[in-house]
Amino acid sequence: MEPKIKKRLQVIAAQACLIVASAFFLIPFLWMLSTSLKDITQVFTFPPEWIPRPFNWENYVEATEFIPFFTYLKNTVLITVFSTIGVVVSCPLVAYSFAKLEWRGRNSMFIITIAVMMIPAQVTMIPLFLLFNKIGWVGTSLPLIVPAFFGVPFSIFLLRQFFRGLPDTLRDAAKIDGASEFRIYWQIMLPLAKPAVLAVGLFQFMASWTDFMGPLIYLTNDLQYTLSLGLQQFQSQKGTEWGLMMAVSTMMTLPIIILFFFLQKTFIQGITFSGIK
Amino acid sequence: MKIQKQKNRKLLKGSTTAGLLFASPWLIGLILFYAYPLIASIYFSFTDYSILQPGTFIGLNNYKDLFNDQLFWKSIYNTIYFAVYFVPLSIFFGVALAMALNMKVKGMGIYRTIFFLPTLVPHVALAVLWMWLLNPGFGLVNEILGVVGISGPSWLGSVTWSKPSLILMSLWGIGQPVIIYLAGLSDIPEDFYEAAEVDGANWFQKTFHITLPLLTPVIFFNLVMGVIAAFQQFTLPYTLTQGQGTPANSLTFYVMYLYDNAFKYFKMGYASAMAWILFLIIMILTAIIFASSKRWVHYQDK
Repeated sequence: MEPKIKKRLQVIAAQACLIVASAFFLIPFLWMLSTSLKDITQVFTFPPEWIPRPFNWENYVEATEFIPFFTYLKNTVLITVFSTIGVVVSCPLVAYSFAKLEWRGRNSMFIITIAVMMIPAQVTMIPLFLLFNKIGWVGTSLPLIVPAFFGVPFSIFLLRQFFRGLPDTLRDAAKIDGASEFRIYWQIMLPLAKPAVLAVGLFQFMASWTDFMGPLIYLTNDLQYTLSLGLQQFQSQKGTEWGLMMAVSTMMTLPIIILFFFLQKTFIQGITFSGIK
Repeated sequence: MKIQKQKNRKLLKGSTTAGLLFASPWLIGLILFYAYPLIASIYFSFTDYSILQPGTFIGLNNYKDLFNDQLFWKSIYNTIYFAVYFVPLSIFFGVALAMALNMKVKGMGIYRTIFFLPTLVPHVALAVLWMWLLNPGFGLVNEILGVVGISGPSWLGSVTWSKPSLILMSLWGIGQPVIIYLAGLSDIPEDFYEAAEVDGANWFQKTFHITLPLLTPVIFFNLVMGVIAAFQQFTLPYTLTQGQGTPANSLTFYVMYLYDNAFKYFKMGYASAMAWILFLIIMILTAIIFASSKRWVHYQDK
């Protein structure tokens, strides 16, 4: 009986810790939700009130009219979707080559890939800006999409770790049956790597969805802006449109929260660190 | 027989052509998006270059000017201050949180989502939200402090508190490393704990003799990534201060100043020199971490 009680107490203690910690993470988020439903007079009520009275749903409608919301949404979706496709197509190929195929210089190339992760983006930012400017891509979303098709070192690294965990025997059997390298990759290895590909895809999706510096540098015409950039327009000399800004932020955040909630198990499974050496 | 075996082995290993073909997108990407810009950036750092005019070679002048640039030193100070506090705190809280989120408790899916929430909120909104939570007049934080009888400072308005405020806000966004710690924790074989329990180990012993040592490769990874991220702090202070780094440049971070030089004043050469100094700082720090890792990172042999 006693160990059972002990276990019970442990679970209760764990729950309590989690609830307290959750509050810290949840409060600002709930505040965002609450503000998105307040009208301007209630935003500055002191002491602050949690429940908007009345619920001011018009903020959501007004926000979409204050900035060209649907244009920005379209731009954001396009950039996010295409750069995610880019990463999901290119990175597993490269990672598979690093993990399972043997070629001269493979290991040194992999070490270089790891080293490249440590180069701050700001070092490459200026020459890339000048390069994209020269070929006329500044002012388009191409600089935010095209590089993803050439691989991202962090994603290549994560996927390589995953591929390394898959048994070689699968590949050998298919090889003896006469399957081509590409067929083995496409029909056997890639389906097995689904959780890792999903994890990498989700990381890229989130990074592009909330990216600020990239669009700030490359997008010059305000009809090409993304939502993240558009949020700035609620701040002006005259002050901040709190309710409207929080309404747009809520609309931006909700889809990914839902995505994360349902995919988290696969997501965590897909990241593996066994065999980092 | 022997020849057949050799043939088989060769067949199984796969050809160099296939390997290179599979890796080709990245090999091209490496040259276009890393090697070329890296070399170009070294060259630019020795030039006086605005986008409108082609660069003229000026030798080490950019570096000399930086040495005498007060704001450059200020931005280094701010950035190091941030990194020194943020990186250790984020590792401590990150590991602790991941351990809590790895327990077998009902509703874990919801807890995990909650911890990940701030990572999903756009940084611009995050900045504005915190500006307001920390407002000395009507902010929630001082309101709560007031309840326990503390009169809170003016947070983002004061030179003393602006950086600690930013550290607090940044800790709110540690969801990504936590996910990576969680993955690391799920990699630790269950039978290690079972064996320890048989030997009568308590929670403390299990944590310090199994969990933490086996988690060190992941801590190492997050430490390197954390240092890089801390030195690249940009969006949060930029939006908080609308690019000004106020008050009194206490929130002017290195990359913000670099951005201003490049894209506000179009001093591309000067900014490139800054980028290179940043690269060197990060490289030195990473090298130190790598060198120290032999002492404290334990690899689990599989």
